[in-house]
Amino acid sequence: MKKTVEELLLIKNTQLNHDNFRLDLKSSTKLPQIFPGQFVNVEIKKSTEIFLRRPFSVLDVDYENNTFSLLVKILGRGSNVLTTYQAGDKISVIYPLGSSFSIPGKDEKVLLIGGGSGVAPMLFLAKICGLDPQNVHVLLGARSKQDHVDITAYKHVGNFYHTTEDGSLGEKGFVTHHPVFKSELTAFDRIYTCGPDLMMKAVAKEAAKNQVSCEVSLENMMACGFGVCLCCVEKTIEGNQCVCTDGPVFNINKLTW
Amino acid sequence: MVDLSIRIKDLVFKNPVLTASGTCGFGEEIADFVDLSKLGGVVMKGTTLKPRQGNDYPRMAETPSGMLNAVGLQNKGVDNFEKNIYPNIKDIDSQFIVNVNGSTIEEYVELTERINALDKIPAIELNISCPNVKEGGMAFGVSCPSAEAVVRAVRKVYDKPLIVKLSPNVTDITEIARAVEGQGADAVSLVNTFLGMAVDANSRKPVLSTITGGLSGPAIKPIALRMVWQVYNSVKIPIVGMGGIMNATDAIEFMIAGASAVQVGTAIFIDPTIPVQIVDGINNYLELNKIQNASDLVGCLQI
Ligand SMILES: Cc1cc2nc3c(=O)[nH]c(=O)nc-3n(C[C@H](O)[C@H](O)[C@H](O)COP(=O)(O)OP(=O)(O)OC[C@H]3O[C@@H](n4cnc5c(N)ncnc54)[C@H](O)[C@@H]3O)c2cc1C
Ligand SMILES: Cc1cc2nc3c(=O)[nH]c(=O)nc-3n(C[C@H](O)[C@H](O)[C@H](O)COP(=O)(O)O)c2cc1C
Ligand code: FES
Repeated sequence: MKKTVEELLLIKNTQLNHDNFRLDLKSSTKLPQIFPGQFVNVEIKKSTEIFLRRPFSVLDVDYENNTFSLLVKILGRGSNVLTTYQAGDKISVIYPLGSSFSIPGKDEKVLLIGGGSGVAPMLFLAKICGLDPQNVHVLLGARSKQDHVDITAYKHVGNFYHTTEDGSLGEKGFVTHHPVFKSELTAFDRIYTCGPDLMMKAVAKEAAKNQVSCEVSLENMMACGFGVCLCCVEKTIEGNQCVCTDGPVFNINKLTW
Repeated sequence: MVDLSIRIKDLVFKNPVLTASGTCGFGEEIADFVDLSKLGGVVMKGTTLKPRQGNDYPRMAETPSGMLNAVGLQNKGVDNFEKNIYPNIKDIDSQFIVNVNGSTIEEYVELTERINALDKIPAIELNISCPNVKEGGMAFGVSCPSAEAVVRAVRKVYDKPLIVKLSPNVTDITEIARAVEGQGADAVSLVNTFLGMAVDANSRKPVLSTITGGLSGPAIKPIALRMVWQVYNSVKIPIVGMGGIMNATDAIEFMIAGASAVQVGTAIFIDPTIPVQIVDGINNYLELNKIQNASDLVGCLQI
């Protein structure tokens, strides 16, 4: 898929909870095809303090209206400024970037595990993987109830489960403590996960132990996002590879975790 | 119609804008965004004889108006270049230059010989200024005797245009420039990155795995510009200027200070179409100011 630099129109900025925002962006031309796991690199011009672009996964695509959305969680300066953009603002993005999750076979049963900003690609994948919702299980982890984003709009695409570290929503503990993960892991044909490193590593360890295929989406720090700077590398069994072009999605058997 | 072309020795570049080594891969990586034949040239990612894995992650830190990198010359080596890269680029209508690196003089020489055998590579940029490798690299570029030794050895085996890339991490860059000119360099390119450092106050740890790294981007532009001007006043060979060029005005400033051509590096990360925008911008500037040839701009600083 051809990558482009394009000025997009922000048509809506919706606050989802205390630190998560959904940005809807519109292209003036036909959108390229975008697959779950792929990301866009966003220029944050409103602040001169922010020099490099910031990468964000695609949360959803609407080809009819040539719009797609991002889920932005405030982490530091860049994400903070980005969430202050308002409808009508122009935002330059480079997209579509990176690899995508492999699409499951039509009778497969899948477990999608998202934590923090890693929820975005999980929801996108759940929505378009083309499976019977009965076979799609989405497990979302967060620190507390207020950190979870509202998934009502996605409810129909699968079965949702939540964990919180303080027990304020769903199961208390980490995603790996949830019954769907602990007792039924081998019932799944594939596991997909995106979120904090520690979470992904814990998931990957169990998946490997139980010999369930598992793909993770990494969020290494990036300068370019399209494979020229070699700053975003991850150690793999084939040596250092760029997360922005060889990833962000990797099968765990390729990583040295 | 203005004439944008410039020359280094007998090599003609269709315009003075090149992409900088390590910031555009081998050109192919930015071909989605720009028509490579619109560029004066492409200086490809630093190449070594043997494949190199580079340094550990994290290799990058954003800094005010710039960034630090500690990539450490990750590349797949010259065999891979000959087999998998050269065939794809050899027929593109631009000048593809190999950035040559080594840990010893013997390695520089051997790699140069390999590149010399490739018809469609019209020049090399000898990198004696990489701050991110333990052996070789910048060590060669920070003293006159060692810079002279590498250039002398490479000059013996290379008859096409030889551009030597200088380190700014020296007390007096004009000394090094004169030293390499004395050994037969056809041009100098400057500057490579400035040695810098970033600290994470929360963890009290260095941000980069290598502790120090190379600073690039607009933050270094005034220093790079000063160095180009100083070197212009010290040598007769052409200068390829770079360091924080983000737009046509920046590029024109480098030419006025004495650069015959410029390279665009870190700006590509922000927008890979910038190098081509700069070509158009220089063209417009020349037309507007009724200057016939881009080369008339070089060193025209009025004092
Ligand atoms: C492929 C990819 C997809 C992503 N998708 C999303 C998404 O859908 N939604 C979302 O909210 N975020 C996503 N992220 C993360 C997002 O890019 C970062 O949160 C953002 O760049 C932080 O910028 P900032 O200026 O707010 O933080 P900064 O001020 O730059 O940094 C704040 C702190 O966080 C650390 N930090 C910054 N970026 C990273 C990183 N990538 N990994 C580890 N530590 C980091 C810094 O070292 C610093 O300590 C994604 C990242 C990648 C690489
Ligand atoms: C990520 C990165 C990788 C680089 N790799 C190389 C390299 O392999 N060889 C080299 O001679 N210079 C390398 N450089 C230096 C650039 O070519 C250039 O000299 C420097 O970045 C200053 O220009 P700029 O401010 O326009 O980027 C690299 C720079 C960056 C940012
Ligand atoms: S971010 Fe530049 S190569 Fe991946």
